[in-house]
Amino acid sequence: MKRNASAGSTTVAILLILSILILTFVTLYLFMARTWWFPKSITVLGDEIDAQFVRTMIICGVVFTVSQLALAWAILRYRDTGGRATYSHGNNTMEVLWTVATAIMFIGLGIYARSSWAEMHFRGAQPGAVQIHVMAQQFAWNFHYPGADGQFGKSIFKKVNNSGTDPFSLDESDPAYADDVVTAVIGVPVNEEIELTLLAKDVIHSFFVRELRIKQDLVPGMKIPIHFTANEVGDYELACFELCGLGHQRMRSFLKVMPRPDYEKWLVGQKAEE
Amino acid sequence: MSQEAHAGAHGQIHAPPQGFVRKWIFSLDHKVIGLQYFLLALVAVFLGIALSVLMRYHLAYPAEKIPLFGTTLTPELYLSLVTMHGTIMVFMVLTTAPQGGFGNYFLPIQIGAADMAFPVINMLSFWVTFVSFVVLVSAFFVEGGAPLGGWTGYAPLSALGQIVGPGQGMGMNLWIISIAIFCVASLMGALNFITTTIDLRTPGMTFMRMPLTVWAWFITAILGLLAFGVLLAAGVLLLLDRVGGTSFFIPGGLVVTDKAITDHAGGSPLLWQHLFWFFGHPEVYIAVLPGMGVVSHVLSTFARKPVFGYRAMVYAMSGIGVLGFCVWGHHMFQSGMSPYTAFAFSILTMAIGIPSAIKTFNWLGTLWDSQIRFTAAMFFALGFVSLFVSGGLSGLFLAQPAVDLPLHDTYFVVAHFHLIMGVAAIFGIFAATYFWFPKMFGRHMSEGLGKIHFILTFIGVNAIFFPMHWMGLWGQPRRYSTSDSPFTFLADMTPLHKFITIFAIITAAAQLIFLWNFLWSIWRGKKAEMNPWQATTLEWTVPSPPPHDNFEGEVRRIYRGPYEFAVPGEAEDFVPQHVALRPAVKS
Repeated sequence: MKRNASAGSTTVAILLILSILILTFVTLYLFMARTWWFPKSITVLGDEIDAQFVRTMIICGVVFTVSQLALAWAILRYRDTGGRATYSHGNNTMEVLWTVATAIMFIGLGIYARSSWAEMHFRGAQPGAVQIHVMAQQFAWNFHYPGADGQFGKSIFKKVNNSGTDPFSLDESDPAYADDVVTAVIGVPVNEEIELTLLAKDVIHSFFVRELRIKQDLVPGMKIPIHFTANEVGDYELACFELCGLGHQRMRSFLKVMPRPDYEKWLVGQKAEE
Repeated sequence: MSQEAHAGAHGQIHAPPQGFVRKWIFSLDHKVIGLQYFLLALVAVFLGIALSVLMRYHLAYPAEKIPLFGTTLTPELYLSLVTMHGTIMVFMVLTTAPQGGFGNYFLPIQIGAADMAFPVINMLSFWVTFVSFVVLVSAFFVEGGAPLGGWTGYAPLSALGQIVGPGQGMGMNLWIISIAIFCVASLMGALNFITTTIDLRTPGMTFMRMPLTVWAWFITAILGLLAFGVLLAAGVLLLLDRVGGTSFFIPGGLVVTDKAITDHAGGSPLLWQHLFWFFGHPEVYIAVLPGMGVVSHVLSTFARKPVFGYRAMVYAMSGIGVLGFCVWGHHMFQSGMSPYTAFAFSILTMAIGIPSAIKTFNWLGTLWDSQIRFTAAMFFALGFVSLFVSGGLSGLFLAQPAVDLPLHDTYFVVAHFHLIMGVAAIFGIFAATYFWFPKMFGRHMSEGLGKIHFILTFIGVNAIFFPMHWMGLWGQPRRYSTSDSPFTFLADMTPLHKFITIFAIITAAAQLIFLWNFLWSIWRGKKAEMNPWQATTLEWTVPSPPPHDNFEGEVRRIYRGPYEFAVPGEAEDFVPQHVALRPAVKS
């Protein structure tokens, strides 16, 4: 093969270099300018996760930029000029250097991220946290509050069900049941720790409120606890994040964060609606 | 026994076939079988692309009738397209083309063998794969249509039948049966690749003189042997849950739309996820390792320079292979699995970034001080490196369970895996196609059209998948049909959805340039010589296309490594592997 310096090659090589440059700088700009970003976090844990995201992004951003620019440079600089390439099978010092460097960066990052994960999962909720049971089913959310006695009414396995009015299959003869409240949105007091017990009736669903930054699957047959403390009053959309069937994309509810007095009023109102 | 006699004693030597059926349909020739795999993948990839265009159109314009298709998509149809797109692409394209296709065609030739070790098993593995493909596609045409549970088939959605959704009845049964059949085929293929590589290397072809393509196919085959067996077992168990009354993945006490499920109890939904991802994660490497091999091979050939750090490349691929079996839990951080396990999986996943980074730096090292010849194959190899960097780095976010909390199951994940195992692997396949086409068909593809195809595809895929990272941060979920979704935060995503859809249509159209170039060149392309790229490995020492038994009974003895370019003191800038060393000149 003769030197391949046809016009097509040069044009496409230049277009490739330009594409790589545009890709690199536009990506850097959009991440740094935060043109699109996470919605505002409403938990301390969420702020920590965002900070770890940024730390990871700085390391990845450096590796990304250096690698893409090195590639673009090689395409520009080392095109065939009719000469001969340098005969080299590599360089062991370089191999050791970049292996050790990436090992320290990547593993270090992984270990650093441990604290947020520990906060989410290794540490349980404090005693006295507000207790709520969450039941997911195709394609609805329901929430179960224990009421003034602090005791959840028992769930029993019923052969005949009406998930619309009794999503938790509660035993109406249980004395603990009397003051229980079942709701379709999840109201919580602000600045108080909430512990959710996640349950599913039929298939796997997933609990995600973007502003909480917390995502957890609800698995039939399992009771999975999660906890959070929301620090900003407001209504936030709750979405199902595990494919659960043809209505997956409309399986919505709301997290309603309220001051303590409003929360108590809201709960009474919900009980009255039953 | 001499090594020549050893090689000749194997059953892989068989007479040239007589007649059309034995030559082109039930062929024992690894080259014909390789082409069959390639053509199957070609049909499958255009089907997979068509499904993705339908999905993209729906996501941007949910209320408008899709041109040519004539209707809008219902959520259940959208989800069945999601499932089938993933399944077709992962199994029928990314697993078949690079390994079954190019591996079959070139592994025996590159190690100097006349054929695979077990030609009959080789033929069977293709035809069993073909049956699997037919069964999979037939799921579209049964009552309820194709399954809607995604390519991961999470139980109990996949186990409970029609009651949890259309497509979860007969369509789901066919899906599982197809996957199980595919596993059988892949196991046969893996055995053949491993045996062939170990047993049939020509004299002098030591392991450390094997082309990196052969290393990649060899390691991929080992991964396949260990992974597909597990998926086969999981598939059988899932099918038994559906039709045999067992409860491997179905717990007790379920209520589906007011109907109590009384005939199942005691199963574990998480067990399916463990079994599936024990296969599913190595599968990512099954898809992309052959591409890594091809890219190393093509970069070296057109950079006219030896591969930088050949041994490091071999160790890195082996490291990826071993670690690939230790990281499946990173798909399950938010699944309800023990959070302590999640931390272990996280560190192991960060560790797999190390061999991946080594490979990237070695590719850049190969390009340094080189003499790059810009062919279409070379462009796709260069594009692969860029995509591999982009897609690989986002993995570092997802590998940390805490950072994965907001990102899991968002478009950030869609961007990540499409760039690294979808598009990068496809670029590997394209590089291989443009590179080896002259050898396979004795003619060249049009380089000009190839380069146009490249630049459109490279720009297109970046424009499609990069915006998805930001959509993921904002919280755009995967697998959401847009037609009846009430979420207000998703409305903000419409402009990005439209942008992506426009580029998806352009990129899909650009693939027709490839299809035209490919088909036209088979009959009308410029004639190719034996070694048009001035390459060094054994496939370039036989005619284009190679004769039935590759080397016509001759034994090629190997004297040197696979990438001897720019050797000082040689007349040409490349020295093929079979050229004997000159005796040292005494001064």
